[in-house]
Amino acid sequence: MTSAPITVERPGADEEIRPDLPWLTIVWNDPINLMSYVTYVFQTVFGFAREKAEKLMLDVHHKGRAVVDSGTREEMERNVEVLHSYGLWATVKRDD
Amino acid sequence: MGGGFKRSSTGVRMSLDRVEKAVLANLIGQLRQLLEELPKGDPGLAELGISESTEAPGDPVLARLFPDGYREDGAASGEFRRYTEASLREGKERDSELVLRTLNEGGDVSLDPDQAQSWLRVLNDLRLALGTRLELGEDDHDRFRDLDEDDPEYTMIVTYDWLTQLQDGLVHCLWGG
Repeated sequence: MTSAPITVERPGADEEIRPDLPWLTIVWNDPINLMSYVTYVFQTVFGFAREKAEKLMLDVHHKGRAVVDSGTREEMERNVEVLHSYGLWATVKRDD
Repeated sequence: MGGGFKRSSTGVRMSLDRVEKAVLANLIGQLRQLLEELPKGDPGLAELGISESTEAPGDPVLARLFPDGYREDGAASGEFRRYTEASLREGKERDSELVLRTLNEGGDVSLDPDQAQSWLRVLNDLRLALGTRLELGEDDHDRFRDLDEDDPEYTMIVTYDWLTQLQDGLVHCLWGG
């Protein structure tokens, strides 16, 4: 074993630099989830009207992904957790 | 197989015949078996909803059912998995239990809104499982159209299509269409 210089990574250090930086919930296209189902999940999870949910679903379908929400990191992680429970392919990302 | 979901005065009515129910129960049994393969980790931590896994499962179906929470940040993804995987798994166990219970009831079954959500999620998990096993791609539906009945994938494709119809029917039912 070699001794390496100890670096302590502080969790959330980045957020302290830019506390105003919003985080994003991204939904990715996948070949299995149904368009109707994805629309319905957007309505159910985010309370979107069907028209808005459909537009986002089509963004995911045609562009490969769509930002469906933004906010704090905790809020976005909560979103992604719920979307995963519905089987959607969602990730958290910092807006840059 | 022509059963499905209908809108009723109290919510949604699930109307499937015995064969359809048996096929679904069998698929859900397989899904629950697969969930058992997910490492549970330390029981004390598990009680708090924390698991020890920080990496995506090796099995492609489990990896699809328990995806990464971050795309380009392995550390954040691992941490997210540690805190969410156990509850995600419990949710899938609860949903599949509920669907199995309603399948065991005789005749048509009324589903309240929460039960309908569980049904939706379970049907989706089954489609994700079959679709992932079939390595289904975006333009694959033509590839399977001419599949021979003797092909080992044939039954899976037919089942997948049936689940698709069921799920789409349930969504339209919940929309009130």
